[in-house]
Amino acid sequence: MSRIDQRFASLKAAGRTGLIPFVTAGDPAPEHTVALMHALVAAGADLIELGVPFSDPMADGPVIQHASERALARGVGLADVLRWVGEFRQRDADTPVVLMGYLNPVEIHGYARFASEAVQAGVDGVLLVDCPLEESEVTAPLREAGLAQILLAAPTTAPERLDRLCASAEGFLYYVSFAGITGAAKLSTADIAARVADIRAKSRAPVAVGFGVRDAESAKAIAGFADAVVIGSALVERLAGAASEAEITGRVAAFLRPVREALDAR
Amino acid sequence: MATPAPLAVPAVPPVTDFHAWPDPHGRFGQFGGQYVAETLMAPLAELTEAYERLRTDPEFLAELDRDLTHYVGRPSPLYHAERLSAHVGGARIILKREDLNHTGAHKINNTIGQGLVAKRMGKPRIIAETGAGQHGVASATVAARLGLKCVVYMGSTDIERQKINVYRMKLLGAEVVPVTSGSKTLKDALNEAMRDWVTNVADTFYIIGTVAGPHPYPMMVRDFNAIVGREARAQMLKEYGRLPDAITACVGGGSNAIGLFHEFLNDREVRIVGAEAAGEGIGSGLHAASLAAGRPGVLHGNRTYVLCDDNGQIAETHSISAGLDYPGVGPEHAFLKDAGRAEYVGVTDAEAMEAFHLLARMEGILPALESSHAVAQAMKLARGLPKDGLVLCNLSGRGDKDVHTIAAREGVTV
Repeated sequence: MSRIDQRFASLKAAGRTGLIPFVTAGDPAPEHTVALMHALVAAGADLIELGVPFSDPMADGPVIQHASERALARGVGLADVLRWVGEFRQRDADTPVVLMGYLNPVEIHGYARFASEAVQAGVDGVLLVDCPLEESEVTAPLREAGLAQILLAAPTTAPERLDRLCASAEGFLYYVSFAGITGAAKLSTADIAARVADIRAKSRAPVAVGFGVRDAESAKAIAGFADAVVIGSALVERLAGAASEAEITGRVAAFLRPVREALDAR
Repeated sequence: MATPAPLAVPAVPPVTDFHAWPDPHGRFGQFGGQYVAETLMAPLAELTEAYERLRTDPEFLAELDRDLTHYVGRPSPLYHAERLSAHVGGARIILKREDLNHTGAHKINNTIGQGLVAKRMGKPRIIAETGAGQHGVASATVAARLGLKCVVYMGSTDIERQKINVYRMKLLGAEVVPVTSGSKTLKDALNEAMRDWVTNVADTFYIIGTVAGPHPYPMMVRDFNAIVGREARAQMLKEYGRLPDAITACVGGGSNAIGLFHEFLNDREVRIVGAEAAGEGIGSGLHAASLAAGRPGVLHGNRTYVLCDDNGQIAETHSISAGLDYPGVGPEHAFLKDAGRAEYVGVTDAEAMEAFHLLARMEGILPALESSHAVAQAMKLARGLPKDGLVLCNLSGRGDKDVHTIAAREGVTV
């Protein structure tokens, strides 16, 4: 059983909702990314989504785009991200790590090379935002190496397409809770609840809900019907500008702990 | 001797019909496709379905044809640049005068087409990205003509160097949104327009201005611009009794080039050369020559040649012409390059400027800086051919919009 499957199985056994924070690798400080990952776990993360910075993040909102730009300005590349995951793994063998990013850095790195290096580093799954199921032929080496293919589903996804996504999802299916970019707009909980219930009935993998979760209250609202909650832009925004390890760790705890408590108090 | 190991890359079978592409998945060989986030898959499917229906709908095609004739002013003439040809001292240079279209460039061919598609799909709002501003103006024009709301995304660097076009868009009733992320140019405007589309897809039609982006855009934009080559090929046969020896056009995203090239692709005797922006020279690193100096990658929804670093980060490009300042290129051009059907070469800022001045002084035509690259390439091709040779060059736009850029470059205060 993979690390991701194991984690979702134990969450289910405990009756808990998973908490999946997203941070951009290298932001707010490349030298503290590993410490940031440990801080996320200490504050209650069940799984970490680590963003690989990209120059043209088409599907992301301004918050994550700016985080990407800050990381790139400090020279962060795919090789750094893999190295940091490897360092993180030395002290944490249990928390699954999913890389989230865009295709071009992986394409240029080479799919087979990336797959073997990522497995070596201890990466568990990969979400390539601009690689829908229809184009996933190119990412076959990643799946063959054992990296879970995390897929997105959206409110606009057509029913027959959703069936195919549910059948192909590995690790977990990531439901983006509104038809926009990351970090924008407000969610209508009733709509999401209905859609997610439908997806959970069909999907062989657990369902995580994200895009628009901003705080303990909105996380708690989703927790009732999702297997896990993804929280990204709001956290990235909170971390921006933190320079020291203590400051980063402090901000993570202050932001994430209440979310964790809200999920568990449900 | 040991038998060499088979190549890992499957051999590409020779292409027999260049008009048969893209395939049903929107791919031109290994290029093209739909590399977009899940949220865009449904709108793209809706658009593909609508466009596949319309592209053979006689009523739609008749409406398009009427607008091209009576609103755009088609067909655009072929013009033999006699004095320029004599100056070069080689083959005859024939210009396809897309600069004489309404709004002053080839861009209107596409926006008229997509505007009519938007109307048929019942979308009251259109959005567009623009680099030089020509596509933005063409989109704003069509929006005004069809009574649609129009928002144009434009990099703040481009807004600065294309002030006249920004004001033209506003006069036409469009809202121009400055984009300050990344390099603040065309690629960033495209990112921002995509985001708008993802968020407002229910009432919004995204008019992409070039043959890039996810399927069906490269096909649809090509189809709407292919009238340039269809007219030019018939005009060549009528006026000169034969096909040209070589044809050329400038390539940024590549819409005017594919527009000219497409009808000639199966005429194997016609040499096809695309002129990319070599900026300060390809060796300087300050250029936008994706095909001549880039590598296969994925950008803006399609697999194509891109300019990027070893980490896969998209490069910031340079060209004197905002319309060519783009780190990717339409996937069909990538396909034509790899198939050996078209050549893609760099033309520097300095060569484009020289061509601009020559055309202005010898023919009384101010070409757009983008088109000046094509003129420079046409001169190179003409030089290598006998006097009875024929070089057909797409003069894709007029240069009025560039007067301030040129004055600034030459230290003149207007």
